[in-house]
Amino acid sequence: MSGRVLVGVKRVIDYAVKIRVKPDNSGVVTDGVKHSMNPFCEIAVEEAVKLKEKKLIKEVVAVSCGPQQSQETIRTALAMGADRGIHVEVAGKDYETLGPLQVSKIMAALAKKEDAQLLILGKQAIDDDCNQTGQMTAALLDWPQGTFASEVSLDGDKVKVVREIDGGLETIKISTPAVLTADLRLNTPRYATLPNIMKAKKKKIANVKPADLGVDLTSRLEVLKVEEPPQREAGVKVETVEDLVGKLKETGRI
Amino acid sequence: MLSGCSAGLRLLVPRCCVLLSRSVTSGSPGRAAAVDGVLSAFRSICGDDGVSLGEAVREQHGKDESFHRCRPPDVVVFPRCVEEVSALAKLCHRHRLPIIPFGTGTGLEGGVGAVKGGVCFSLRNMDQILDLHPEDFDVTVEPGVTRKALNSYLRETGLWFPVDPGADASLCGMAATSASGTNAVRYGTMRENVMNLEVVLADGSIIHTAGKNRRPRKTAAGYNLTNLFVGSEGTLGLITKTTLRLYGVPEEMVSAVCSFSSVQAAVDSTVQILQAGVPIARIEFLDEVMIDACNRFSSLSYPVSPTLFLEFHGSERSLEEQVNTTEGITQSNGGSDFQWARDVETRNRLWKARHDAWYAAQAMRPGCKAYATDVCVPLSRLPQIIVETKEDLIESRLTGHIVGHVGDGNFHCLMVMDPSDQDELHRVHLFTERLARRALAMDGTCTGEHGVGLGKRSLLCEEVGPSAIQVMQSLKDAIDPKNLMNPGKILV
Repeated sequence: MSGRVLVGVKRVIDYAVKIRVKPDNSGVVTDGVKHSMNPFCEIAVEEAVKLKEKKLIKEVVAVSCGPQQSQETIRTALAMGADRGIHVEVAGKDYETLGPLQVSKIMAALAKKEDAQLLILGKQAIDDDCNQTGQMTAALLDWPQGTFASEVSLDGDKVKVVREIDGGLETIKISTPAVLTADLRLNTPRYATLPNIMKAKKKKIANVKPADLGVDLTSRLEVLKVEEPPQREAGVKVETVEDLVGKLKETGRI
Repeated sequence: MLSGCSAGLRLLVPRCCVLLSRSVTSGSPGRAAAVDGVLSAFRSICGDDGVSLGEAVREQHGKDESFHRCRPPDVVVFPRCVEEVSALAKLCHRHRLPIIPFGTGTGLEGGVGAVKGGVCFSLRNMDQILDLHPEDFDVTVEPGVTRKALNSYLRETGLWFPVDPGADASLCGMAATSASGTNAVRYGTMRENVMNLEVVLADGSIIHTAGKNRRPRKTAAGYNLTNLFVGSEGTLGLITKTTLRLYGVPEEMVSAVCSFSSVQAAVDSTVQILQAGVPIARIEFLDEVMIDACNRFSSLSYPVSPTLFLEFHGSERSLEEQVNTTEGITQSNGGSDFQWARDVETRNRLWKARHDAWYAAQAMRPGCKAYATDVCVPLSRLPQIIVETKEDLIESRLTGHIVGHVGDGNFHCLMVMDPSDQDELHRVHLFTERLARRALAMDGTCTGEHGVGLGKRSLLCEEVGPSAIQVMQSLKDAIDPKNLMNPGKILV
């Protein structure tokens, strides 16, 4: 086994920001808005770094697809303990239409190129909530997948994954190489410390173009419109139960 | 509407209960009329949604986490920027309406109670984090920013703001009350960590205590206005920005729990650890009553005896040294083996249990009210005061849990009392006065971190003496001659 783990990290609008829709309803405002690493990607990085600290794997490689600024996100992963980074340059219109299908093709190509033992991703991104990239990548590679992982343990050339499912927890054992996606309870990501941020500046980030990996970025999806949810309106107070029933009938609720 | 607010504006979700035609019903008729008269002017400044007369909203803004009863203001306003705060203050000044600043309402001394009614300025919509300078270790924040929100914002920079009073309090509110917390022994309190403030005075003037945008690490320029306003509890002005000193996130952190057979042994260990020069990050004492309550509330199983919760920050090598020195000291005082908490989940659980002490104490006697004392004495007097206080508790037949930042010589006695038992309430009152005077007699203070608020005004007089009180009063008269800023607090 190569002992190499690839971790995908996505640069998204920070979870604490109040999102605003652009006046032309084509998308959300991103200019001047704080961005950071997708929280589930942080958990994925933490898990990979933990595996390396336990000496179960040898190298953690952080991958991000996007414009120049995606390098900041890779640097954060390096500060958390990843060894090197790969920045897949996607900018302009291509970046606006970049989605799980294209990213999973890129990830699949890199996983093969880097001879990865594991590919760990966040279960979903907080901007599109797609929850597709991990699963699509596994399908393209024909690798097993352990998604919504809340516990991961390596056992020889197998991985035991405890998954969060609707009914509770499901434990599966899959062989490597495999794709894992991190759920909330998998771990608590470490904060980057100043000395580690300094060290991360010296770690290497390779630049790759999607074309070099033989990936076509054409999107099969077109966003038609983005709108805010309807504004919450004031409630109405009524005096009697009869009034209440009357109002409910009036608005067609009963 | 004022066009002063810049790109930070966002749509407020319309509040459910702003009834524009309802007028003020509480308080003195003269003041009610005055408030009525300015309502439309208020609305023209911060919008219809920015002014609330709703009873539930006013009650929410008339109390904090203390036992002091709710004293709702006549109206609550929600300004969005400092220009709106200034315009609203000018109106209040003209009409002689009290001004009460409100951050998160997490204070412990009744500081937000509108004892003379008036206008509560809820500053939560001013929630921008401005001007982060990672290389200079400083950041400026507005009053709606809480300490957890700031630390989350900073998480990728390797920096944090360590002052941790437990509650997720507004940072400007923490500046106003000179807050402290479990980390003060290593990182200091707000006094040491506020570099500059933007303040709106009662007449609407806007000042910058260290000069606009200034953030040198040290200064010798003029009177120390910044630290005048820190701890002024809203009685001198409304804090609308604070520039804070940031620190590097520790490389490693490890926590430990150590039990002792006596209070004396635990507190002696604390004093010795500090005298040995260990840069300990947190050193918290819990007596056996407190540990028992925490065990039950947080499902822990620590031995029920005087306990120290410790936390060490530093590089791996530095931690080893700190821990060895500390263990040597605790063992020489008969302390148990350390119970370790290394990973972040275990450490968080430990400190949450400590911060939940307030609720754990109340859970021991459901239906009862709680009150926390807050004395702080020089380190060398700590063993004596804690031992004497525990004896007093037993003699007075009171329920009291002792928990505290013993590294600063500061501890809290969490009293739990039945609000319908007048005799118990009276005994608690006398006990807390004795405790405060015991601390004063030991060259200490009646309030290490919670502030004076409503309940400690006469103790403040005893503590600083009449001449100093005179000076405080003169400052108050000079800065707020009409006594509109949070009347009834700090000074009698």
